[in-house]
Amino acid sequence: MEKTEIKKSALRIGEDGLEKKSASRRLEVLKTYKIFIGGQFPRTESGRYYVPVNNRGKKLANVCLSSRKDFRDAVAAARAAFPGWSGRAAFNRGQILYRMAEMLEGRKAQFIEELMQQDASRKKAEREVNLSVDRLIYYAGWCDKYQQLFSAVNPVASSHFNFSVPEPTGVVSIIAPQQDSLLGLVSVIAAAITGGNTCVVLASETKPLCSITFAEVLGTSDLPAGVVNMLTGKLTELSPWFVDHMDVNATVFCEADPETQQRMRERSALNLKRICFYDRIDWYSNAGQSPYFIMDLQEIKTTWHPIEEIAGSGSGY
Amino acid sequence: MPGIKSLVSIPDFSLSPRIDQTGAEERASRFTRRSIKKESKINGLKLVLNMIDLTTLEGKDTEGKVRQLCYKAMHLHDSLPGIPTVAAVCVYPSMVKVAKKALVGSGILVASVATGFPSGQASREVKIRDTKFAVSEGADEVDMVISRGKFHAGEYNYVFDEIAAIREACGNARLKVILETGELGTFDKIRRASDIAMYAGADFIKTSTGKIQPAATLPVTLVMLEAIRDYYYRIGRMVGMKPAGGISKSKLALHYLVMVKEVLGEAWLNNEWFRFGASSLANDVLMQLMKEMTGVYQAANYFSVD
Amino acid sequence: MPATRKKQSKGNTLRLKFDTSWSYAPAPESRTAASFRARYELFINGEWQQPLSKKYFDTINPATEERLSEIAEAGAADVDRAVRAARTAYDKVWRRMPAKERAKYIYRIARMIQERAREFAIIESLDGGKPIRESRDFDVPTAANHFFYYAGWADKLEYAFPNRGTEPLGVAGQIIPWNFPLLMAAWKIAPALATGNTVVLKPAETTPLTALKLAELLQEADLPPGVVNIVTGAGATGAAIVNHPDIDKIAFTGSTEVGKIIQRAIAGTKKKATLELGGKAANIIFEDAPLDQAVEGVINGIYFNQGHVCCAGSRLYVQESVAKEVIRKLRDRIETLIVGDPLDKNTDIGAINSRQQLETIEKYLSIGKKEGAEMYQSSCPLPGRGYWCRPTIFTNVAQSNRIAQEEIFGPVLAVLTFRTDDEVIEKANNSPYGLSAGVWTDKGSKIFNMTRRMRAGVVWANTFNKFDPSSPFGGYKESGYGREGGLHGLLPYLNLVG
Repeated sequence: MEKTEIKKSALRIGEDGLEKKSASRRLEVLKTYKIFIGGQFPRTESGRYYVPVNNRGKKLANVCLSSRKDFRDAVAAARAAFPGWSGRAAFNRGQILYRMAEMLEGRKAQFIEELMQQDASRKKAEREVNLSVDRLIYYAGWCDKYQQLFSAVNPVASSHFNFSVPEPTGVVSIIAPQQDSLLGLVSVIAAAITGGNTCVVLASETKPLCSITFAEVLGTSDLPAGVVNMLTGKLTELSPWFVDHMDVNATVFCEADPETQQRMRERSALNLKRICFYDRIDWYSNAGQSPYFIMDLQEIKTTWHPIEEIAGSGSGY
Repeated sequence: MPGIKSLVSIPDFSLSPRIDQTGAEERASRFTRRSIKKESKINGLKLVLNMIDLTTLEGKDTEGKVRQLCYKAMHLHDSLPGIPTVAAVCVYPSMVKVAKKALVGSGILVASVATGFPSGQASREVKIRDTKFAVSEGADEVDMVISRGKFHAGEYNYVFDEIAAIREACGNARLKVILETGELGTFDKIRRASDIAMYAGADFIKTSTGKIQPAATLPVTLVMLEAIRDYYYRIGRMVGMKPAGGISKSKLALHYLVMVKEVLGEAWLNNEWFRFGASSLANDVLMQLMKEMTGVYQAANYFSVD
Repeated sequence: MPATRKKQSKGNTLRLKFDTSWSYAPAPESRTAASFRARYELFINGEWQQPLSKKYFDTINPATEERLSEIAEAGAADVDRAVRAARTAYDKVWRRMPAKERAKYIYRIARMIQERAREFAIIESLDGGKPIRESRDFDVPTAANHFFYYAGWADKLEYAFPNRGTEPLGVAGQIIPWNFPLLMAAWKIAPALATGNTVVLKPAETTPLTALKLAELLQEADLPPGVVNIVTGAGATGAAIVNHPDIDKIAFTGSTEVGKIIQRAIAGTKKKATLELGGKAANIIFEDAPLDQAVEGVINGIYFNQGHVCCAGSRLYVQESVAKEVIRKLRDRIETLIVGDPLDKNTDIGAINSRQQLETIEKYLSIGKKEGAEMYQSSCPLPGRGYWCRPTIFTNVAQSNRIAQEEIFGPVLAVLTFRTDDEVIEKANNSPYGLSAGVWTDKGSKIFNMTRRMRAGVVWANTFNKFDPSSPFGGYKESGYGREGGLHGLLPYLNLVG
């Protein structure tokens, strides 16, 4: 197993998860955590913010409290991006996901620090970032292979060529796993976009920092604008909108909350959107990655075409 | 009946062959891989310039605008020696007389659009009068538009007859027939429209009015050049080609020249049989020529706008 | 200037003149972007080792006949060293490495080939004679893509075969041909490594350079020593690999003749084999085909890579009602093909790979003429030194002519006519080969009927010579067995268990 090397940054984090101050300190430029829509970083149109706090009581940042309108705009961006993204060669999508892994790997130190600010130990943070990079590579490899496993040429009893292929379902609204800041988020996004879908993602409410930094990774990975859109905010406020928008084709929800799940099921009936509940997934294990996550967000299309019966052939392929 | 041959044969249009779009696009992209350098580039650029129909077709055109365009046509860049003139200037019928006067003695032709350009949604009578007016004002060439609506409705004989009637109204002027390929939809239809136009008497077939997107593209032009070639082998008459709109860069224009060379050959590589319908292309070609001659990349400010 | 209307007499005297007054100036790719050594040793166990045989041979540029490099010739003892290194690497490192880490090495190789694409393309053209346009636009990118594709399979094998686990075979001995040197190396190495095997590979003796540059790249990628070993040499080196007792699998691409020798040699051993051999593909044009695109497809099918392609569409069957028109279009088209310096970006047809191959082609040209076929060649000029052949078309060919049956492996097209669907299917299948076929028609239902009844491993409908890492490639009958590419390309390198 390869040893990972973490670049040491000038910033030092102490035991309490707070930054160590030194005497002659250069004033640091603090990052503004905006949301990510259509390849750009706008602020929430509502102008609201909230302040997540870590276990030791330290305030993390002023994070956008996204609104229903932000979600609406994000869906519009995702819909606009869908034909282009799903129309790309599968191989090309694979290359872009691989590039995302390259970019994430290059920024490991930054993510480790953010995770540590959000209560992870250094060791756990390293593990989470490494697994996130590997997960992206895993799905990059699936882009042009799952089709071969899940398509079929069907031996129909008439003189027709008949084949079934998976196609992306469209725009997916995703409520990312709330307990992690990074790995769960990366896992659900990767599975959706590997299959050619575009998505709108709600990050973890209590640990939102990595989601926005990850959006920066997306922005530098040749990923077309609008394929992934990232929102931060309150789950209870936004989840109804995630599941009743008529132009969303599927929703992914990752919390084990039966009441919310039931309400989601009901609301999704408005346009019969597909719902996936990933509430018992251990994202840190191999159960957190599989081609079946891709297939959950695919439709199957079957096509028929006649085969000319020359000299009395009588069957399909 | 066997033994009877007319100068203009009317073919069975269902025989216009199918065009495979993927294959045509692949062939077209192969032309862009040709590397044109040094003298070949300079000669090609000069040839491109000489093939341009410098065009102004705006609602706000005035006599002053047209006169300035004609001056530019005759004096593309006087500080650069050995530059040919463009082939023609292309204007609305109302501007033909002005253009003709401004270009006297230059050898540059005056082409006029006609027949209810650009939509072609006018009566037969209006179209014929529009044409005759342009010709009487002195137009050397007429660029007509086909009735796309009739074409899509399957009334191919109507389209054919209309072109034949305009051809007659042109008298000695040469007729270019604009197919408006961006409205036709498929390569099969572009081939069919090309065949109709040629058999009805077109002297040139032309891709576009330049008023909608998409205008000319390499694959579309390839389809039309191959139609011209098949027609030539079958009937023995040459027809010219004019891609128009969307060609503003020299590199792209050179790709077109490569395509003409490799599809039709020597006889078509001159401005009697090939034209570019363009306006800003001329300055880009001049910039490239300057660069070839001085070795330095150029800026737009050094070349007159008109 | 009043315009005049030209009218010319109708008849078959009409000719288009493609040799125009406006011509393309030479556009040579600069050699300085590429560097290679004056002498190459053998690449064994991650190092450059001198051959125990103490022998070297030259590799030359077939366009100029100049020597490019001196190459080590591996004898039986050298091959033995290489196999040992591969075995040790397999046992100690590669089979124990977690699959996803293995994948990362292969991804690295893909990315590094992309970074160095231009250098590889230039060396490929210098060493083998193919036009730089093809090595740059096809060979090198496709090779990189092949590594990228198979890297993704390494940690997903559990999904590939229903109800079966997988195990690598061990050490693979791979022998590749001279027509697509780097690409064939990719086709062999990528799936082998992805499935957990290690490799001893022998490039063709006329085109070793890109495989050796690949070895340099593997060193830089930090690939564990011994995982890939490159041993250069000719037939004897290949035989040493095939006969070595500690090789678990042989993968061979080359002539049918040698394929049969290999199959005999491994009889009675436990070695598995895949063979990708010759072909004499039928390309069929129906009267309702999109003719200009079909002609382009036929041209690509036979003149791409100077016709040095196992799946080349070397037999054209054209429906009689459109034969004259198609032949006229073919003749016009070959007039615009430029034969010349492979490093010139405008060259369409490069040098024939070797003197030997040129002699073979010329032998068939005279056979064709003797058999009564009409030969037509383009009129393009040829360079002085080097091995050249103009694109050639034979018409009036009969099914029984040798030029319609035997693989020429050059830019030579045999044109035959047919009348009905049944007739052409029978004639297309009437060959000991079965690698590929092409069908050109506008009618969808006819396509599927034709493709179903062709006895060939790859059938192209309304296209030709299309390759993709995800698309399985391989032959029927004497064109070999086993598939490369796609999910199916994993199987030759695995044991299925459980």
